[in-house]
Amino acid sequence: MSCFTTKFADELIANAAYIGTPGKGILAADESTGTIGKRLASINVENVESNRRALRELLFTTPGALPCLSGVILFEETLYQKSSNGTPFVDMLKSAGVLPGIKVDKGTVELAGTNAETTTQGLDGLGDRCKKYYEAGARFAKWRAVLKIGQNEPSELAIHENAYGLARYAVICQENGLVPIVEPEILVDGSHDIHKCAAVTERVLAACYKALSDHHVLLEGTLLKPNMVTPGSESAKVAPEVIAEHTVRALQRTVPAAVPAIVFLSGGQSEEEATRNLNAMNKLKTKKPWSLSFSFGRALQQSTLKTWGGKEENVKKAQEAFLVRCKANSEATLGTYKGDAKLGEGAAESLHVKDYKY
Amino acid sequence: MSAFVGKYADELIKTAKYIATPGKGILAADESTGTIGKRFASINVENVESNRQALRELLFTSPGAFPCLSGVILFEETLYQKTSDGKPFVDLLMENGVIPGIKVDKGVVDLAGTNGETTTQGLDSLGARCQEYYKAGARFAKWRAVLKIGATEPSELSIQENAKGLARYAIICQENGLVPIVEPEVLTDGSHDIKKCAAVTETVLAAVYKALNDHHVLLEGTLLKPNMVTPGSDSPKVAPEVIAEYTVTALRRTVPPAVPGILFLSGGQSEEEATQNLNAMNKLDVLKPWTLTFSFGRALQQSTLKAWAGKTENLAKAQATFLTRCKANSDATLGKYTGGASADSAASESLYVKGYKY
Repeated sequence: MSCFTTKFADELIANAAYIGTPGKGILAADESTGTIGKRLASINVENVESNRRALRELLFTTPGALPCLSGVILFEETLYQKSSNGTPFVDMLKSAGVLPGIKVDKGTVELAGTNAETTTQGLDGLGDRCKKYYEAGARFAKWRAVLKIGQNEPSELAIHENAYGLARYAVICQENGLVPIVEPEILVDGSHDIHKCAAVTERVLAACYKALSDHHVLLEGTLLKPNMVTPGSESAKVAPEVIAEHTVRALQRTVPAAVPAIVFLSGGQSEEEATRNLNAMNKLKTKKPWSLSFSFGRALQQSTLKTWGGKEENVKKAQEAFLVRCKANSEATLGTYKGDAKLGEGAAESLHVKDYKY
Repeated sequence: MSAFVGKYADELIKTAKYIATPGKGILAADESTGTIGKRFASINVENVESNRQALRELLFTSPGAFPCLSGVILFEETLYQKTSDGKPFVDLLMENGVIPGIKVDKGVVDLAGTNGETTTQGLDSLGARCQEYYKAGARFAKWRAVLKIGATEPSELSIQENAKGLARYAIICQENGLVPIVEPEVLTDGSHDIKKCAAVTETVLAAVYKALNDHHVLLEGTLLKPNMVTPGSDSPKVAPEVIAEYTVTALRRTVPPAVPGILFLSGGQSEEEATQNLNAMNKLDVLKPWTLTFSFGRALQQSTLKAWAGKTENLAKAQATFLTRCKANSDATLGKYTGGASADSAASESLYVKGYKY
């Protein structure tokens, strides 16, 4: 094979396939301490460890939610946290058939000489870190590369750097038993139309898969986490069916069938938008050799956060709001979402923040 | 899109899809004058235009053969030839649902500084030539790139040059209404095992699809003509099921689902081997988002040539032989071939020629 041989091959393939189980998807709960601070600030909650732990416990103990999830991405701190009755979060997730994942990148830094384009860091000592995370119970990882659309962006340098960074991260993960989620996010910021987004997405994904091939990555043991193909944030919105058509076509042109599942990021979309778009993709009658699912952060948690407000007495209501989004997205992976989810407060609210920094 | 969508886009997509119809495949009858001379020499037939015309007429008027074929690749001379009662070959083919194609490359030349590696020429005035061929009735084209396996081959240079040549050829064809068949043949010559062939095939195909993306080629309006993944010619043979597994895995890892069909070259395989291998691939119970069919030259014509031997009195026998191979391969595209189509020993004869030069 052009891919490397690893003792973890069978396990990687099985885990990647499991994450793509129809009816399930990923909860991205890997907000760094800084980022979760912004979320907590928006609901007037203090950014201390006990609150961060309480939020994640709220999510993971929501009755009926875990069957909608095949995985949860965690931040390092959370990987080692426990529920209030002392059960490690990873054990709680595993016994409910939810694979724990871990964010392993160390954020973005600017590429000198470009117009504020970035590359992602985190390769130093990554192999050792992955080993430790595997020992702690993680079975997949995530690394976010970021590109933007502009007059001259993304540049060939930005595309190449980010693609090859993703590839190097991916093979190091596989050497250490973690399924790498490959995330080349093209930001929605801008006034470009959907055709431009499609063109850039196709170009970026083609570069990613060339890089993965060069680095001998086992595609059957990876997942892709791309942006949906949409108009820019400053352009007129289009229907979910249009987003579905452009997105799936871009993927058909670039993502090999060996990749078992594609789990979309939600970017700045509202909870309801993200669900409807995913649903439209799964209703589309066309060649889709990979399953299409979700890996949502804000688009799964927004109304839950607002309902919770950091208050113990709101936990039950907040959990109900979380379950509503989990179920809606679970149905969307099957193309059966009827758009009738009881909209929690803020479910239709755009989550776009210009030039969003994680 | 990142793909070039010119005035021929819809037609290209339709033609490519038609050529990939399950149950049909391509007859590669594009032997150059020099190459057909070698074939004729082997059956003691003089290499003159009338004989070349007679052979092709034999093939194109075989009763019952047309339904098994979606296309025929022609050499330039043949594109302008007629049947003995004056009907242009292209008209005869089109009237019977068989699309005429044209070989447009001008053979290989050595890459200086390499160990006998080559690149393919033919880009000069290719656009103008394609326009002429389109007017003459051609609707698809073929360009053969050649790579070999050795201690240090294929080199990065050879892979890049051949991939880029294919991409440039492909886009020029599309600009002029011809569906490009992309053919990156990795020769069987050598003592390597099937895993080596798989690794090289995957690396080459990954480079080819990156190049096609770079050149804005519309994948839905292309076809792929790859080698099957097999052990080297000096290595022990393996079962068709093994060839099928390695070949389909390699394709799943590299060929985007947007490509409608994959038509295998037969290389030096015997008629029967080629059919059995194609059949095994179509029986394989794994998701294949493109149809798998044939584009055979020698593996469709070998026993027919022997049966004909240039004599008019052998016409019916030769045509019956040809029909047998057409039907066998048609069945193989549906995974329905049950083997032993010809009692003819010629069907099992290896067609391998070391260092084969077209």
